[in-house]
Amino acid sequence: MVFPMKFPANSGGGLTQNRAARAEEKIFMAKRDGTPTSPEPKRTEEPSELLRELVAHLRQNRTQLREEWVVRITETRLLTAMTKEEIFAEATSVYDSYVEALETEAFEALQAYARNLSERIIPRGVETHEVVGIVLLLRDVLARSLFAKYQNDFKKLNRILDAYEPAANRIANTVAVGFVQERERVIRQQQEAIRELSTPVLQVRERLLILPIIGVIDPQRARQLTEQLLRGIRTNRAKVVVIDITGVAAMDVTVANHLVQTVEASRLLGATVIVTGLSPEIAQTLVTIGVDLGKMNTVGDLQGGIEQAERLLGYKVESLAEPQ
Amino acid sequence: MEVPILKQGAVLIATFQAALSDADLNHLRMGLVQQVVKFRSRAVIVDVTAMDVMDSFASRTLREIALMIRLRGAETVIVGIQPEVAFAMVQLGLTLEGVATALDLEEGLAYLNEKFKTTN
Repeated sequence: MVFPMKFPANSGGGLTQNRAARAEEKIFMAKRDGTPTSPEPKRTEEPSELLRELVAHLRQNRTQLREEWVVRITETRLLTAMTKEEIFAEATSVYDSYVEALETEAFEALQAYARNLSERIIPRGVETHEVVGIVLLLRDVLARSLFAKYQNDFKKLNRILDAYEPAANRIANTVAVGFVQERERVIRQQQEAIRELSTPVLQVRERLLILPIIGVIDPQRARQLTEQLLRGIRTNRAKVVVIDITGVAAMDVTVANHLVQTVEASRLLGATVIVTGLSPEIAQTLVTIGVDLGKMNTVGDLQGGIEQAERLLGYKVESLAEPQ
Repeated sequence: MEVPILKQGAVLIATFQAALSDADLNHLRMGLVQQVVKFRSRAVIVDVTAMDVMDSFASRTLREIALMIRLRGAETVIVGIQPEVAFAMVQLGLTLEGVATALDLEEGLAYLNEKFKTTN
């Protein structure tokens, strides 16, 4: 989930404007009700100075704040898939990266860190809401410690928060996005693996390949199928391929056309394709869309297909046993 | 760019290099047929293993070469089409219909041997 937050593109300029606007507002209001205007405001710190100050504070109190954070994580029952030691180890590195990101504003480095962290913890079963949750908890813990430190100087606290909040929000956003990107990458990888596993190209005789297809064929799988088959034809020097679609319930027009293209492409590599196991529904589809069936060599079932392939290749199968 | 044409008995073998221009293809079309006439060849193998792309002009020219050579009573076999090229070709509808194809030079020669055996 991406946080719908807007960050000022140039946070330095934005802050200066805010501060200047508030100072003007104060003088204007003071003039209106007759009270003397406040004395020249003290030289206010640059936002980068404020950031340095708060980063120093966070570093000084590292041990205590990190401990507080881990307690909160356990209280909220997050990261239940990890042991206390693991949580502590990860908390340390996350805390340090958080503070460093506040200091350097190097968000690309943070995103890379987030992806790396995700790569480690996703296999442990950590979910998105847990990662977002712990980052927000850290944000809260650090913010509270800032409230405590500057409680006697409300104006300064405001300025400190002006520096802290945009950066902290951006960090939360970056980590969440990094985590989600890593999950999406894993999902894509798994999908790819499933697709490959589900279309094996098998050699059953010299020069004879079988491609048994089971399940749903979408255009992407069909394309992958073709690529694997063509490579298989070249590697195994196949002259005949039997594509069995007994396990395919239905096929839409796009995929049916793709099947025809596969047959044609195989021919360009010098291989003959026999398609077997067409269900009545698929037979209907092929006839309806007007596929040129002259281009397709089809046989009822896989057994028949293999027998025809063997004939084409000049094999003869004979039984050795005496007929009973 | 010159395309090397080798003679192997009654078979001519033309090996395409990568990236032939349209002019090269036109030149080759005439040249191959002339060689078939000169040597009274019975077959031509066109080896396109080195071609990593096949556009519609190249594909059409190959088909025309095969048809012209057939008019001289000779057979053409296209060999060595790469899987990626084959895939791209069929997606564009370039199927080289009516032209014999084989996996590589060895298969092409085997196919011709079979054919000559049965026709003799």
